Amino acid sequence: MSSPDRLVYMANQIGTFFRSQGHDKAVPGIADHIKKFWDPRMKRAIFAHLDAGGAGLEPHVLEALTSLKQARPTEIG
Amino acid sequence: MSLIEEIDYGTPRSKSETMVTLTIDGNQVTVPEGTSIMRAAMDAGHQIPKLCATDMVDAFGSCRLCVVEIEGRAGTPASCTTPVMPGLVVHTQSQRLKKLRKGVMELYISDHPLDCLTCGANGDCELQDMAGAVGLRDVRYGYEGENHVFAKSHGEINAAWMPKDESNPYFTYDPSKCIVCSRCVRACEEVQGTFALTISGRGFDSRVSPGMSESFLGSECVSCGACVQACPTATLTEKSVIEIGQPEHSVVTTCAYCGVGCTFKAEMRGEEVVRMVPYKDGKANRGHSCVKGRFAWGYTNHKERILNPMIRERIEDPWREVSWDEAFSFAAARMRGIQTKYGRDAIGGITSSRCTNEETYLVQKLIRAGFGNNNVDTCARVCHSPTGYGLSVTFGTSAGTQDFDSVENTDVAMIIGANPASAHPVFASRLKKRLRQGARLIVIDPRRTEMVESPHVKALHLPLMPGTNVAVVTALAHVIVTEGLANEAFVRERCDWAEFEEWAAFVAQPKHSPEATAILTGVDPKTLREAARIYATGGNGAIYYGLGVTEHSQGSTTVIAIANLAMATGNIGRPGVGVNPLRGQNNVQGSCDMGSFPHELPGYRHISGDAVRDQFEALWNVKLNPEPGLRIPNMFDAAIEGTFMGLYVQGEDILQSDPNTKHVVAALSAMECVIVHDLFLNETANYAHVFLPGSSFLEKDGTFTNAERRIQRVRKVMSPKNGMADWEVTIALAKAMGFEMNYSHPSEIMDEIAALTPTFAGVSYAKLDELGSVQWPCNEKAPEGTPVMHIGGFVRGKGKFVVTEYVATDERTGPRFPLLLTTGRILSQYNVGAQTRRTENVVWHAEDRLEIHPHDAEQRGVRDGDWVRLQSRAGETTLRAELTDRVAPGVVYTTFHHPDTQANVITTEYSDWATNCPEYKVTAVQISPSNGPSDWQKSYDEQARHSRRIAPAEAAE
Repeated sequence: MSSPDRLVYMANQIGTFFRSQGHDKAVPGIADHIKKFWDPRMKRAIFAHLDAGGAGLEPHVLEALTSLKQARPTEIG
Repeated sequence: MSLIEEIDYGTPRSKSETMVTLTIDGNQVTVPEGTSIMRAAMDAGHQIPKLCATDMVDAFGSCRLCVVEIEGRAGTPASCTTPVMPGLVVHTQSQRLKKLRKGVMELYISDHPLDCLTCGANGDCELQDMAGAVGLRDVRYGYEGENHVFAKSHGEINAAWMPKDESNPYFTYDPSKCIVCSRCVRACEEVQGTFALTISGRGFDSRVSPGMSESFLGSECVSCGACVQACPTATLTEKSVIEIGQPEHSVVTTCAYCGVGCTFKAEMRGEEVVRMVPYKDGKANRGHSCVKGRFAWGYTNHKERILNPMIRERIEDPWREVSWDEAFSFAAARMRGIQTKYGRDAIGGITSSRCTNEETYLVQKLIRAGFGNNNVDTCARVCHSPTGYGLSVTFGTSAGTQDFDSVENTDVAMIIGANPASAHPVFASRLKKRLRQGARLIVIDPRRTEMVESPHVKALHLPLMPGTNVAVVTALAHVIVTEGLANEAFVRERCDWAEFEEWAAFVAQPKHSPEATAILTGVDPKTLREAARIYATGGNGAIYYGLGVTEHSQGSTTVIAIANLAMATGNIGRPGVGVNPLRGQNNVQGSCDMGSFPHELPGYRHISGDAVRDQFEALWNVKLNPEPGLRIPNMFDAAIEGTFMGLYVQGEDILQSDPNTKHVVAALSAMECVIVHDLFLNETANYAHVFLPGSSFLEKDGTFTNAERRIQRVRKVMSPKNGMADWEVTIALAKAMGFEMNYSHPSEIMDEIAALTPTFAGVSYAKLDELGSVQWPCNEKAPEGTPVMHIGGFVRGKGKFVVTEYVATDERTGPRFPLLLTTGRILSQYNVGAQTRRTENVVWHAEDRLEIHPHDAEQRGVRDGDWVRLQSRAGETTLRAELTDRVAPGVVYTTFHHPDTQANVITTEYSDWATNCPEYKVTAVQISPSNGPSDWQKSYDEQARHSRRIAPAEAAE
């Protein structure tokens, strides 16, 4: 499994944990988790994937990544 | 420095708080009720002669040497079995007592050899001491009669004589020196809990018998050493003592094996270790040990240990021995070169859970401040990172809640995914002792481990399918909530009530019931309900768990589920309860505390926090990167992708220990500089360009932090054989890279840690020397440390309930791979075996075996001992099969101690959703008969042999 497939898989795995907490908790929960634990190159790669349409990302995860990217566009650029 | 003599009080300490005053030899003595007269006398400084009594076991009263006179009482009672009473007047010496004792000794010595001068126990023999104490000058009975001493008597073979049993690699049993005091038998029962020894026969025929009169090695003996320690004569003696002689000085230090963190006395002669003896004042082990810490330290001077630095241009080249300076400048130039070429973030390092806190701290400091990035991770990534995440979310600290003493107050122990009898043996012994006193045990494990059934222990066993922990723990919660067994008062006071209600509604859903989940988990619903009821209502409930919990796709979720369970039942915040991760390696807790994770500075503070970073920046005088770095699996991915090209690995063998070996090989091969800092040319070193020789735990100062957060000193007992302690190596490497760190002793590193880390604020070497050890948090609020956490409230404020939905792992069985492989440890070996494989411990476990149920074996035409091919989606290997019903049909099991087995060729790159902790514990596999090693094993072996070549010195151009 290679990037970005691996990153999509990892992001969706995080999404799965938060799924049972409902949309309103899940989206910030996923965003916070990725923000806290992913290295900049992983974030850059998943954002690039997002820009390319975000194929394979679960809806909550897609939304979380979108919000994360908007919140911190420069720091990790 | 001299030999540390520990006082033997003869009988165990009484825990009573009621005090009793009596008179012994004219002195008033006040001791707790239940204390023996023998112990009370010793308290007052009067040593009553004794042979069968020792304070590690209960009084027995067989030798009759400890007799005393009590005014107003008839006869001469044994002081070991007679408890104190208020107002007693005791005399320990009188004409009558002297005569009695001399008579007893005379009888003992009449059946004991008089070879004291050449005896292994010479200088450390209680029999000799007692002969001296009672003034024995003559043995009137002579040596002509029946005896156990001589091989021949009157020219005939003496049937009562037995030869020495030297089968155990570490100690001998010489029956001719035995006085049948049964201290060994009782130590095996009471301290170790194995019951391997007994006294066979009666009267003159009485003999110490391992098993059914077997050899020590052939019996159930686990070689913990308790019997050897208990033996008052030369009957059971360490072979090292026989070979070297008695030690002349000793130093208290901490074992470098598992997370129990046993305290030992390293008994020395000069710079040579004579033996390691567990220290009674050690608060983790209370004087007990296991075969690894007690005996398996021979690796420290094994012939394969590398003592000189080595470098090479390419991994295909042979190693070239060089000076330290050349190795450092070569390494520094390469690492800096990579940064110039690929960017600042293209290098990183891995700290070791086997090294000291101080060394770990320095490595992460080198990476964050010297490399200028946060690409630091530690082997805890692949074991307990989910513990850090899960407990921090729910309780607010990334650590276990109790001390090991807590188990003495436990009424119900629940062990999940751990096998302490093999992996944390000294804790297992302490737990078993409590179980024999009546506490109950629940074991949740796919395998019927040694904990499920042992002498006088019968656990309620929930044999679940690997990968279904969350379903099982949530089902336990379902029973507790729906049957009204939750501790509502506790939850209302200590936890967030709204979150609890949300969680309770979640777990109460019928789909989480034991009946509904049984089809996934394979656990009998009735047994599960019984377990839930016992845990919730059986008194103090304590959960102990291991890597069977964490090493899953849902590892963090299970940790959270466990924390939920403890909070819901109020089993947090007092002795006897709690959530206790059993840490794999000696310093897993410490390496995590010391900021080894890429997102956290020491003390578990996120790197993005400006205030925290400011503090470190001010002291380190550098600018820190606020972004988290790569975790180990991410490093491998980035290496293959070409953005991570240099790695400094201290004391870890990532190639053998990390999952999906082929993936790791690809990653390491892609890197341009791999620096391995280790005792041996480990598997990772096959792909390294720089080898920096390491120092063993005997050769350096520092601290380890065990599973109960206990910070303990590691003390140097000999000069580093490689010339430099590991912390000095890191400092020199940093200097070569242009980053200066100035410390003249590890205590100065600890002072810096204390200055920067609130939970360590009160820790110093002076305090550790004074108190022996402290458990963090240790600061102004808790100057002597914190044995039990979350008393009165949680560290995070309110305890947090989090819903835990079971999600099946993507690693599934199917027609191609119909069996589930899970992995674990065995008692005699440790982790990747780099240390234990280089000791005599190999007599117990020379190879990894595949445990398979007879049903599965028969279907595949596999017989016991056959070579089998073990194949998964990731790879294949071969090993020999062991047929057993310890595993259920559909489940197979192996250990991972031997590199030639290559268990991790099989494991996949699936990992925990939160922490990327690999899913070692579930791999779908197929088994088929095989003729020998797989192609991979052969080519791996060839590469390893090729890579380990060291060029002769003159061959260097």
